[in-house]
Amino acid sequence: MNPDASTIAAGAPIEVDLSPVAEGQDIKVFWRGKPIYISHRTKKQIDEARAVNVASLPDPQTDEARVKSGHEQWLVVIGICTHLGCIPIAHEGNYDGFFCPCHGSQYDSSGRIRQGPAPANLPVPPYTFVSDTKIQIG
Amino acid sequence: MSGPSDYQPSNPALQWLERRLPILGLMHSSFVVYPTPRNLNYWWTFGAILSFMLGMQILTGVILAMHYTPHADLAFKSVELLVRDVNYGWLLRNMHACGASMFFFAVYIHMLRGLYYGSYKEPREVLWILGVIIYLLMMATGFMGYVLPWGQMSFWGATVITNLFSAIPYVGESIVTLLWGGYSVGNPTLNRFFSLHYLLPFLIAGVVVLHVWALHVAGQNNPDGVEPKTEKDTVPFTPHATIKDGFGVACFLLLYAWFIFYMPNYLGDADNYIPANPGVTPPHIVPEWYYLPFYAILRSIPNKLAGVIGMFSAIIILCFLPWLDAAKTRSSKYRPLAKQFFWIFVAVCILLGYLGAQPPEGIYVIAGRILTFCYFAYFLIVLPLLSRIETPRPVPNSISEAILAKSGKAVASVAVMLVAAGALFLGSMQDARASEGSDKPPGNKWSFAGPFGKYDRGALQRGLKVYKEVCASCHGLSYVAFRNLSEAGGPGYSVAQAAAFASEYKVKDGPNDAGDMFERPGRPADYFPSPFPNEQAARAANGGAAPPDLSLITKARSYGRGFPMFIVDFFTQFQEQGPDYVSALLQGFEDKVPEGVTIPEGSYYNKYFPGHAIKMPKPLNDGQVTYDDGSPTTVAQYAKDVTTFLMWTAEPHMEARKRLGFQVFVFLILFAGLMYFTKKKVWASSH
Repeated sequence: MNPDASTIAAGAPIEVDLSPVAEGQDIKVFWRGKPIYISHRTKKQIDEARAVNVASLPDPQTDEARVKSGHEQWLVVIGICTHLGCIPIAHEGNYDGFFCPCHGSQYDSSGRIRQGPAPANLPVPPYTFVSDTKIQIG
Repeated sequence: MSGPSDYQPSNPALQWLERRLPILGLMHSSFVVYPTPRNLNYWWTFGAILSFMLGMQILTGVILAMHYTPHADLAFKSVELLVRDVNYGWLLRNMHACGASMFFFAVYIHMLRGLYYGSYKEPREVLWILGVIIYLLMMATGFMGYVLPWGQMSFWGATVITNLFSAIPYVGESIVTLLWGGYSVGNPTLNRFFSLHYLLPFLIAGVVVLHVWALHVAGQNNPDGVEPKTEKDTVPFTPHATIKDGFGVACFLLLYAWFIFYMPNYLGDADNYIPANPGVTPPHIVPEWYYLPFYAILRSIPNKLAGVIGMFSAIIILCFLPWLDAAKTRSSKYRPLAKQFFWIFVAVCILLGYLGAQPPEGIYVIAGRILTFCYFAYFLIVLPLLSRIETPRPVPNSISEAILAKSGKAVASVAVMLVAAGALFLGSMQDARASEGSDKPPGNKWSFAGPFGKYDRGALQRGLKVYKEVCASCHGLSYVAFRNLSEAGGPGYSVAQAAAFASEYKVKDGPNDAGDMFERPGRPADYFPSPFPNEQAARAANGGAAPPDLSLITKARSYGRGFPMFIVDFFTQFQEQGPDYVSALLQGFEDKVPEGVTIPEGSYYNKYFPGHAIKMPKPLNDGQVTYDDGSPTTVAQYAKDVTTFLMWTAEPHMEARKRLGFQVFVFLILFAGLMYFTKKKVWASSH
């Protein structure tokens, strides 16, 4: 009952071109049937994410650990609420990040859980920067 | 099933069979001479009603499966087409979908009856636990069945419920992958759910056999909770129980038919008429009403793992009921305190159900926590404590004595209470469809409303014209074929007119012998061509918002009616939220944006659209479409006509449904009446 060969093959890494995403915008791509949010964060969003006292978070993690150094403006997260799997809406909620309409979880501009029933931060998928404007997810 | 039978068939062929396989003797001893307590009330007919419903679900389900395609791309369409094209497909689907709700409704009454009369107590513990197993299997079956139509609620319900298992430490994620057969809910998930949805009912049937077996070994409990002592305490199953059950089933069928023929979508969610979209979460994910109390328990516990454990323990705790409640007196009839707490418990369950359908915020969360505590307290504190401190009233020595002492107290009050409570519970999910911060659409007088509603032919024809000249440039109508225009209950065109109408369209066909696609005039069998080749093209051409297909729009849109209107709606058969909304939306455009509302660039202000910012510009203007029949060419009239037309496209067989419904009701009322008088006659000598 585990995924069959074709499903696994279809889950191979994908490349995403970031050049059309302007600052403050974000795009949603699908990888393995999951929506991946790629946000081009503004200076304000990055500062907000870094100003937080990490120890006070429900799932403590620094913003630095969630982005690639040298590419701090890019946040890549799996857009599936860690509570029960709904898709949070980008640019909503009180923390300049994501808001899940199902049970009211709120994530900040680093995709970290700040408020609501979700137990963990939005997971960061495995990805690498192929060039400055292109990433490979998977 | 109670000991060897002395049954001897008179027919030699049957004697021959009986010597080799005593199946007739088994039937005879189980369902004919089987002694059943004389004092059973109508709450005991729900066993027969449940058996009937199981049979009904399996029968309709097997036929539906013949027309259903379990594929993520085709499932939604195959359900829609089976409703439209299969002979009585709409009836089969309504019977199956409403049947699931009625099955749960009956099982809840059956369970509460067991709870009230102490039917789980020694020597019926195994009988009770088998019942809990059936209930668990039913929940699994019902959940997987709800996924099969592959609408938005199916998809997101599946996502939320399968994700519950990810809360299990260490193995959770792998279990979820195993359930999905992929990295998310998708085609493999749908396939395995279909397979299991077909399998589980037969497992249920198997456990039901065990349940009935255990029942016939221990004997039935009864309202007084005293075991039958002499022959005077019992009556033979046939004809007494058979005819009483028959009357019970007939009455139940009346309620069932009310849903099938008049309120088929009352218990469903409008969002499930939108095809599944993994990229868009509906604003409120609400499970079917029968899971709502458990969903409320899940949500009121702030920790994810604890919430999941809480939800499952709310069901598993029932297995331990025989040992949690150690009171010697079975029936709550003789337990003054237990009786009161029972009704409080029923109220707690109904309120939890109501909360399950509300958004998880503010007062609802706090109330949910209190009620969750009350739910568990009933089993873990109240029942164990009561069995120690309560002084029960004296129990009659025998059933015959109880019948003689019967005060003639009507159960009617209880029945009324239960029906009212049930209606509140059933309708509670309606509240969830809030149209946040928008005005409620005004009500309209629709020709198709009510038990005898019919489509206004003129409005259908004018509506088709409006659709063709205005809406069709952006919106598809992909489930409607040109042949439908000439079908009974539709706009009333002749076959030739429909063919002529079709030939005005260009339809893409092919490939031809050279391998090329080509265009040809439409035929009656073709479907209305969509204005855009795919959703992405539609999105790109319309500023990012794809115009939805209109085939089902009047059933896929709704608005919250609020308490207590949704209870009133059940009795008045109000089903026209969708048409009211569509018609209001078409007329709700305003040039002047009210103060305090900002509308983004490229959007328009609409009074009735959720959020008020709609991408569609005002589509209708006075005089835009010419009418041949002298009807006023105003926006109000256009909106009314096109909405009537879209109601027909969403439900082309509505007139047949209501007509057959009336016939079924006349039959059922006569049948129930006959059953009642037969029952009176049979029981005349036994009271």
